[in-house]
Order: sequence, then structure tokens, then C-alpha cells
Amino acid sequence: MANNIMNWIDKRFPATEFIKHSLTEYPTPKNLSYWWNFGSLAGIVLLLQLITGIFLAMHYKADVELSFNSIQHIMRDVNYGWLLRYMHATGASAFFFVIFTHMARTLYYGSYRAPRELLWWTGQGLLLLLMATAFMGYLLPWGQMSFWGATVITNLFKAIPFVGDSIVTLLRGDFTVGDPTLTRFFALHYLMPFVIVGAVLIHLVALHTVKSSNPTGLELPAKDNIPFHPYFTIKDLFGLGVFLIFYSVFVFFIPTSLMEAANNIPANPMVTPNHIVPEWYFLPFYAILRSVPSLVGGVVAMGLSVVIFAFLPFLDRSRIPGGARYRPVYKAQFYVFMTVTIVLGCVGYRPPTSAAIAIVGQIATVMYFGSFLLLPFISKMEERWLIKRGLPAIVMALINEEAAEIEKHKQKKNQRNGVKS
Amino acid sequence: MEQQNPSDVNRRSFLIKLTSVVGGAGVAAACVPLVSSMNPSSDVLAKATVEVDLSGIPVGGMHTIAWQGKPVFVLHRSPEEIAASASTNGVIDPEPDAKRAIKPEWLIVLGICTHMGCVPNKEGPGWVCHCHGSQYDDSGRVVHGPAPRNLEVPPYHFLSDTKLIIGKA
Repeated sequence: MANNIMNWIDKRFPATEFIKHSLTEYPTPKNLSYWWNFGSLAGIVLLLQLITGIFLAMHYKADVELSFNSIQHIMRDVNYGWLLRYMHATGASAFFFVIFTHMARTLYYGSYRAPRELLWWTGQGLLLLLMATAFMGYLLPWGQMSFWGATVITNLFKAIPFVGDSIVTLLRGDFTVGDPTLTRFFALHYLMPFVIVGAVLIHLVALHTVKSSNPTGLELPAKDNIPFHPYFTIKDLFGLGVFLIFYSVFVFFIPTSLMEAANNIPANPMVTPNHIVPEWYFLPFYAILRSVPSLVGGVVAMGLSVVIFAFLPFLDRSRIPGGARYRPVYKAQFYVFMTVTIVLGCVGYRPPTSAAIAIVGQIATVMYFGSFLLLPFISKMEERWLIKRGLPAIVMALINEEAAEIEKHKQKKNQRNGVKS
Repeated sequence: MEQQNPSDVNRRSFLIKLTSVVGGAGVAAACVPLVSSMNPSSDVLAKATVEVDLSGIPVGGMHTIAWQGKPVFVLHRSPEEIAASASTNGVIDPEPDAKRAIKPEWLIVLGICTHMGCVPNKEGPGWVCHCHGSQYDDSGRVVHGPAPRNLEVPPYHFLSDTKLIIGKA
């Protein structure tokens, strides 16, 4: 009976084929470590945010007179409202934690390299969408941090020449962040997750075309791949269990640890809190904004600090495949970059009044961009050094194969040109 | 099969281009109301002016007035503060103090940092913005970045010695 139904469906819609292609027969490298868990984990966190968010929206009111109190209403009166809100707020932090780890893995193992550039870029688009969604969601409680965070970030658009001021007013719908701003941020905060779901599907189509990378950075022969289901469904589920333990600790025991106390004061357009800080996941970028001593320069640097990841496939010019596995210098560079990013995060959290902190921030900013801009030269130098020092036979074979391929192309081209002339 | 007339091909490609352009223009026109709806609505624009009673502000005192939802600092300057402000033109965005105040004892500026739009605090002489560390003097001129410009002077005029209208010159 079940077979008949499946047959009926398959004649009209490729259901079995789809499940086979993307699940039961989807070839996955057998050597994936737990660092490869964070992609599917991000998908589950997205689902968690969607579900809690939809139920929160049933009780939330997007109006400057009502929104702050509606949060209190959710926390005190709505059945399990506290749980929904703490899950959603913690979920936002968890989402960034998972995505940053996912990105760090991509950097460490060089997973962004050919042929996975489009996979990396669709991921970049997802990061931007996630940042926009998180930023707009943070305005909704209408506390002091919400208000001034939104004020500062919408003000960034002032840096656009000529039309900057009009664009800021257009975004806010008012001369300051006000009721029109709150209402439209709510509308967009509700819309964006569905755009993200669409972008995730594109990300997955790209993934299923080029398949997962693996810790070696080499493309594995077919015999070294195993089906995604059941091997990785079970591994991802185990990872999810571990994740949920930490997530629950935050939700049930320290739910306010990542919240700013100042956001418990209703928004007041007449008074800025003495120390405004963004959420932790924006701190490194915020530190870069503050480190450049000019408005436009700061905005451009901050924008670039997020977008520059997209250029990595071009900046890494080494012919040695993959990332840290066969490349000690690249590995060192990775750890320097992670350290610099964490330092920037700490700088972003401190008030901007200390000159020493400001200098640390500026040095870290230069090193942040240096990590990217020096990569073409460092990767080339590292390649020459490693080839001289000797590489494992399998890697050398790949490099020679690639070189032969390029040589063949050149000869063909020369031949064609020769015939023409 | 009928033979294709070359002028038919030209006509067809011309029509495709023309209809594409008209269609594109139509889509662009349809976007105008959508984008325009995001700009300030009539009731927001109506919050144009506000009247301030100056009699309650002592010398050296400052009141913060809401105008169009934005904070406006009304500072009653002492003779020393006036003298200090007049003695310099500022460093980052030079402007004489006389140009920034109609009556030297009253300084009226928008309380919005020209860097990222935070509200600076009155601290010592002038203001300090705690968001990113910009500093302003008692004429609202920026003396320390990252703010690029002086605090903006809104349009205003005096109705009498103790009455001020903000929003109209």
C-alpha cells in the first residue's frame, strides 16, 4: 500500500529521488570531524527562532506606547511567555555562536576554496541577512539599548555622500528612531527569517552540487564517502543533544547573562546611556567602526570587515589544497586572526574614553585587515617553502597534476593560435 | 513556409526593446509609492515648532527640549562662558561663536552628536558624547573627534526676552 502511494507520487513529483539524492545516498566524506556539525545545527537554531518568534509575535505589540509593556506582559502574564522570550533571546546569541563556528571551520580547513566559492558566497549572504534580522529584532523590546543601538546603526547610512541624510530619514520614517521605525522593523523582522529560509535552500543546493569538504582539504575518491543517512543524521543528532545542554543552561539558569541591564529602562530619546554597547556578536565590527577616526572611514571599514570574507577564494593563492592540514603558516595565520578578532571584541565592549584601549583597537584593526590583504603573498611564499621542504606524495601528485592540466590547456591554446596564424 | 521579411525581424526586436523599456518604467513607477510610504508621514511632519519658556533657566543652567522628537539643548551661558566661546573659532569645524548664537547668553543647539546620533552629556565646559568619545565646547563646536561637524543650530527666533520658538527662523 505504502509502495503504491509512493509510486503514485513519484510519477508526479520526484519525492523518492529527492530523498535519495539529498539524504539516503548523499555521499559524505567519512573523515568529517565534529566541526562539520555546525551547518545542520544552524538550520535547527533557525527553526527554533522561527517557532519561538511566531508565538512571541502573537503577544507582542509594535507601538512605542505599548511595546515595552508588552514584553513585561509576555514575561509575567503569558503562559510560558518567559520561556518563549528567553529561548528567542538566547537563540539569537546561539545562532551567531553556531554561525561563527561554522565560518571559523570554513576558514581553518580552507573549505571556501575552489570549487566551493559560490557555497561560501551564499553563506556570506546568509550572514548579512542574519545580522540585519538580529539588529531589527533588538529594537523591538524598545529599551534604552534597543533605541540607541538602532539610532547609531541607522545613522551609519549618513556616510553615503549627498543623499545620506535623506536615506536615514527614509529608513526611520521619522526624524529620529520613532514609532514608524519600530513598526517597520517588526514587519521586516518577521519577514526576514523566511527570506533566510529561501537563502538556506540555495546554500544547500550549492552544497549538494559541490559536496562537503573534509579536514584534509583533498577531494576524496568515491570509496571514502559514506551515505549521509544514517551515519551523519545520527552524528548531527548527537551534536544537537550536546548543543541543547549548553543552550538550556543559558535559557533556564543564566537567561539574562547576555542581556544589557540598561535595556530594562524604556527608550528615552532625550538621554543616551553613558555606555552603549551592541550585542556581543557585533562587538568586533563595532570596535573597527570606532577605531577609524573619521565617520565615513569607520563606516567603510566596518562594512568591509564583514564583506572581505567573500574575497578569500581570490586572496588565497596557494596551490597546496585545503587549509591548515598541510599548511603550517596558514594555520598560524588562522590563530592570529582568531586572536585579533577576540581582542577587537574586548575593545568593542570597553568605553571609548581610554587612549590605550583605542590604540589596541587600531593595531587590532590593522592586523584584522592585514590577515586578508597579506594572504596572497604569504600563501605564495608558504607554497614555495613547503614544496622545497617536501610535501606528502599525495599532495605533490595533486599539484603536479594541476600543473600538467594547465600546461595542456596552454599547449592547446598555442596550437589553436598557431593554426589561425 | 512564408519567407521572413528582414524588416519584420527588425520590427520585432524593436518592439521587444520598446515593451521592455515601458515595462521596466512601469515597475519603477510602481515602486515610487512603496518607497515614498516609508518617508515621514504628514503627522510626523506636523511636529514642526515648539515654544520654550526661558524664565526658568538660571545662568549656567541647561534645559533639554524635545523638538520633532529630537533633543534641543538650551544653554544659558555666563559671561565667562561667552568670553571663552568667543575667544576661539573651534578646531575641527571652525565657526565663530557669534554666528552660532543670536543672543550670546543663549546657545540653542541640537543635542545630537554629528557622529552617530547619540545625545552628548553636559560635562565640565561643553559636552561629551559617551558613545564614541566626541567632545564639544560651550558653543557646541566639536573640539575632539570622531564627530566631523559642530552640533547643529536649529532654526529659532525670540518672541520676547523669555520666549523662544524653535523650528522657525
